[in-house]
Amino acid sequence: MNDEHQAAGSLAEHAAPGNRLYLLVWFYLLAITALEVVLGYMHIFSTAVMLAVLMLLSVVKAGLIVAYFMHLRFEKRSLVLSLVPAGVLVMALLLAFFPDSFRVLELGVR
Amino acid sequence: MPEAKVEAVAATVWGGGTFPFAVGHKKLGMWLFLLSDSLTFCALLIGYSYVRVANPNWPTPFHLWPSIAMATLMTLILLSSSLTMVMAVTASQRGDRGGAARYLLLTILGGLAFIVLHANEWLGLIGEGVRLWENPWNVPLFGATFFALTGLHMLHVASGVVYLGVVAAGVRRGRMGHEDVEVSGLYWHFVDLVWMFIFPMVYLLSVSMK
Repeated sequence: MNDEHQAAGSLAEHAAPGNRLYLLVWFYLLAITALEVVLGYMHIFSTAVMLAVLMLLSVVKAGLIVAYFMHLRFEKRSLVLSLVPAGVLVMALLLAFFPDSFRVLELGVR
Repeated sequence: MPEAKVEAVAATVWGGGTFPFAVGHKKLGMWLFLLSDSLTFCALLIGYSYVRVANPNWPTPFHLWPSIAMATLMTLILLSSSLTMVMAVTASQRGDRGGAARYLLLTILGGLAFIVLHANEWLGLIGEGVRLWENPWNVPLFGATFFALTGLHMLHVASGVVYLGVVAAGVRRGRMGHEDVEVSGLYWHFVDLVWMFIFPMVYLLSVSMK
C-alpha cells in the first residue's frame, strides 16, 4: 500500500519545476500587485469598473498561484477537470445576484 | 486466482485499486477542502462587493501611510512566504529534511509577521472608532465587512502557522514525509491566494485621496 502511495506521488512529480520558475512567478505576482496599487491611486474608472479591473488582475494572480505554486498545472488532467470547472461554475452562480447592486445607484431607493 | 483478479481491477482507472487522480488521499482531501473554503470566501467577497458598489458614500479611510503601505508590505510578506513554502516542498522532495524544516520555519515567520502587522492595522482602525456595527463615517457595513473578511482570513493565517509548525516538527523528527509538506503547502498558498483578492477589494477600493 505504501509503495503504491509513493508511486502515486511520484507520478505527478516527474514534471516538477525548479526554484527558478517559482522565482519568476513570484516576481510576476509582485509586479501585478504593484500595478494594482498604482491603479488604486488613479481616478480613471468608476467604482464598479475599478472593481472589475482589480478583480481581473487578481484572477490572473490566483491563476498563477494555483497553476505553479499549488502545482495544479503539473497534476493529472482528471484532477484539474474535477476541481476547476466545479469551482468556476459555483462562483459564477454566486455572482448571479451581483448586478442587483447597481439597482440603488441607477434607479434610486424606492 | 486472486493475482489475475487484482491485475484486472488495477487496470481500470475508476474500478478501484488505483489512484484515478494520481494523487494520494491527503492531497485530494486538501484540494476538496480548499474548493469548499474558496466558496466561503467567494460568497463573503461577493457580498462585500455588492454593498461596496451599491453605496456611493462608502468610507475611504485608508491613507497611503500607514494603511496602504502596510497592506502592500503584508502582500509582499505573504507572497514571499509562499515562495519559501515552495522551496520547502522542493527541499523535501530532494529528501533534504533539514532544509525543508528551515524553509517551513521561514514561512511560519512570514505568517507571524503578517499577523502582527494586520493586528496593528486592526488596532489603528479600532482607535479611529471603527466597530463591527458602527464607525465615524456612518456606514455600519464598512466595519462589518472589513472585520468579517480580514478576520476570517487572519483566522486562516493563524491556523496555517500552527499547521505548518506541526508539519515542520514532524518533518524534522521524521514522522512526516514529502506528501505532508506538499499538502500543507497547498493550504498555505490558498491563504496567500485569498489575500490577493482581499487586498485590492478591501484596501485599494477605499484609498483616501486626501
